[in-house]
Amino acid sequence: MNQKYMLPLAGVFLLFLLAYAGVEGAGLEWFFGIVIPYLAVIAFIWGFVTRVIGWANSAVPFRIPTTCGQQKSLPWIKQNRIDNPDTALGVFIRMLFEIFLFRSLFRNTKAAFNTDENNKLTYSWEIFLWLGALAFHYGFLVVILRHLRFFLEPVPAFLTFLEYVDGIVQIGLPGVFISGIVLLGAALFLLARRIFDAKVSYISLAADYFPLFLIIGIAATGIAMRYFTKVDITGVKEFTMGLVTFNPVIPPGVGGLFYAHVFMVSVLFAYFPMSKLMHAGGIFLSPTRNMANNTRAKRHINPWNYAVDIHTYEQYEDHFREKMIEAGLPVDKEA
Amino acid sequence: MSKNAIIAGLVVFVAAALFPFWFNIGGTNAAPEAELSAKAKAAKKCVLDKYDMRANHMTILNDWRTSVVRNSDRMYKSTNGKTFGMSLSTGEDSCLGCHTDKAKFCDKCHNYASVNPYCWECHTDPKEVTNEK
Repeated sequence: MNQKYMLPLAGVFLLFLLAYAGVEGAGLEWFFGIVIPYLAVIAFIWGFVTRVIGWANSAVPFRIPTTCGQQKSLPWIKQNRIDNPDTALGVFIRMLFEIFLFRSLFRNTKAAFNTDENNKLTYSWEIFLWLGALAFHYGFLVVILRHLRFFLEPVPAFLTFLEYVDGIVQIGLPGVFISGIVLLGAALFLLARRIFDAKVSYISLAADYFPLFLIIGIAATGIAMRYFTKVDITGVKEFTMGLVTFNPVIPPGVGGLFYAHVFMVSVLFAYFPMSKLMHAGGIFLSPTRNMANNTRAKRHINPWNYAVDIHTYEQYEDHFREKMIEAGLPVDKEA
Repeated sequence: MSKNAIIAGLVVFVAAALFPFWFNIGGTNAAPEAELSAKAKAAKKCVLDKYDMRANHMTILNDWRTSVVRNSDRMYKSTNGKTFGMSLSTGEDSCLGCHTDKAKFCDKCHNYASVNPYCWECHTDPKEVTNEK
């Protein structure tokens, strides 16, 4: 138990209660359902673009790609074109692997001391963070895409197909969507890792726990609404369609849990650009990943380089020649 | 990374993030109204109240299926005092017995919310069958 996760946990509970009580008690549907979501969209897009432009304007003084293989060298040495790319194509392919498969995380290792009498430090392959992260991100992606059914009218065929695939197990009614379960499970796993793994716990801050709790809260309220407390889905779509057609309406018969869900999603979107969640945009602008390792073939000039006033030996000698001759020092050019 | 590539990426990002807004240009927020048949209007009371029914009808149907198939209990006594046959499509006191037009009642909202219930993989709309003959 420590305040690094107790504070964010309490914060997420407060956010939930704020919206729930605001709607159920004070009737502030218009505030949590209309004002906040619009502000969140603006904050998300404006913040995201500002962050990326800020990075784009930052100087990249050195060409420092991280590499994991043989770099381009002599013709008879085989280069690893993807892990040590020297062309834009190689960089692009490496980026695809990184973005879609989290390839660098796949290589994750853990260090531990052997428990026998040697007490030797050994490194072993640690795949669970990679698995958890992959499950979390893809689960979340499918959940977000599925939610487009509330925001698009008519619903495009690819969404119907996605829902069909996601609900293919046909358990219960309404049928279970695999992605929702995977998302919640993976988020809980990533949280458990931060809490119970002493080394990860030591480096985890409130900013690491807050988005996790928030996403767990969002997933939990969403799952609660779909499978347990139930909500009038036509009313919900009427509400969301009102938002995207700039003609907002508050449907009757939709309760506080729904607005709490919407509020937490809005908070997540607004919080996104100012948090570590910006790795979504940052991955594209990582100097260690988006540059080719061609320093031996091409000169990379530091954009921070400015003209330096130098004083060459010739200028020095011109300046002091007479004094140097007087003192008997050798000079290149006689006066 | 070149400035042009970054700007292009940002344009794609903003367009994607605002996708629901431009997709629905000219659209409305109006949800379809399920049309009640004359019979349903005359009956006034359904199994549950309107919004309860909208949110929970699928659970009721699921429970009914269990009740009929496992326990052969086919009558449902509602809290509002009325009794119904636990059937989707058979009999006057079934769902479709009262809500006679599937296309105007069930499908309207299901299509709107992209809900594709598997009821109709086994059940048929009696009307559709008659029309085909």
